[in-house]
Amino acid sequence: MLDSVIFYFFAGIAVISAALVITRRNAIHSAVFLITTLLATAGIFLQLRAEFLFITQIILYAGGIMILFLFVIMHVWLDVPLPQFRSRTQKWIALLVALAVGLEAGFVLWLARKLPGQGLLIANPAPADKLPPNTEELARSLFGSYLLPFEIASILLLVAMVGAVIMAKKRTEA
Amino acid sequence: MMPIGHYLFLSLALFLIGCIGVITRRNVIIVLMSIELILNAVNINLVAFSRYFGDVAGQVFALFILADAAAEAAVGLGIILAFFRNRETVLADEMDLLKW
Repeated sequence: MLDSVIFYFFAGIAVISAALVITRRNAIHSAVFLITTLLATAGIFLQLRAEFLFITQIILYAGGIMILFLFVIMHVWLDVPLPQFRSRTQKWIALLVALAVGLEAGFVLWLARKLPGQGLLIANPAPADKLPPNTEELARSLFGSYLLPFEIASILLLVAMVGAVIMAKKRTEA
Repeated sequence: MMPIGHYLFLSLALFLIGCIGVITRRNVIIVLMSIELILNAVNINLVAFSRYFGDVAGQVFALFILADAAAEAAVGLGIILAFFRNRETVLADEMDLLKW
């Protein structure tokens, strides 16, 4: 009971503020609502016993990436009021496509409901002691069996950092 | 504990909202934010399955997606800054240098 109350609380906040992200005219408002969505998602991570991801989501996503977004929004601030949405036909096409994808995925989930015990809609989670609620297990897995992907991710971050600096810096000569 | 379907439908809803944002908005920064929404929806799926299968691999991959989102945001915002310096705009339909 308490579980579902917590879930619907965070899920409601996440969905409503996600809808506000894509409908606000002001980009700053969108960024603030995106932060709200990310924090609500962090709450859902905590409910799913992913404590490390919970705190990483808050520090890295809501704290780091969104600050980057806010800096860029303030840098490219445009005072003139602009039409923020594309043409009306494109909006309808977007809604139609989203509705089609949503119906399709929902239908698949609905079908998978009938597979007993092994379908997508597993009624009962794994026993709590199988996934102990701590960060050690995650670290053991990350630096054990997933060491190579971890190193590749670090190289990806390095490349992205160099690329971002080169993209954003001012050309001095020529 | 709730059935996993709730988490999957939440993830689906966030994913669709992100898709609509990518298609309809003109401001490239908000398009990037919608992409962050999509990545976030994927993370919910991974963490939910990690919890329900009792396997920590889902959380490891969610962590990789987090790193990926950071890299994508940094490079994307760098491109937006460079473009804004050249063309004085951040609207997607005015980025038509490759169009004829």
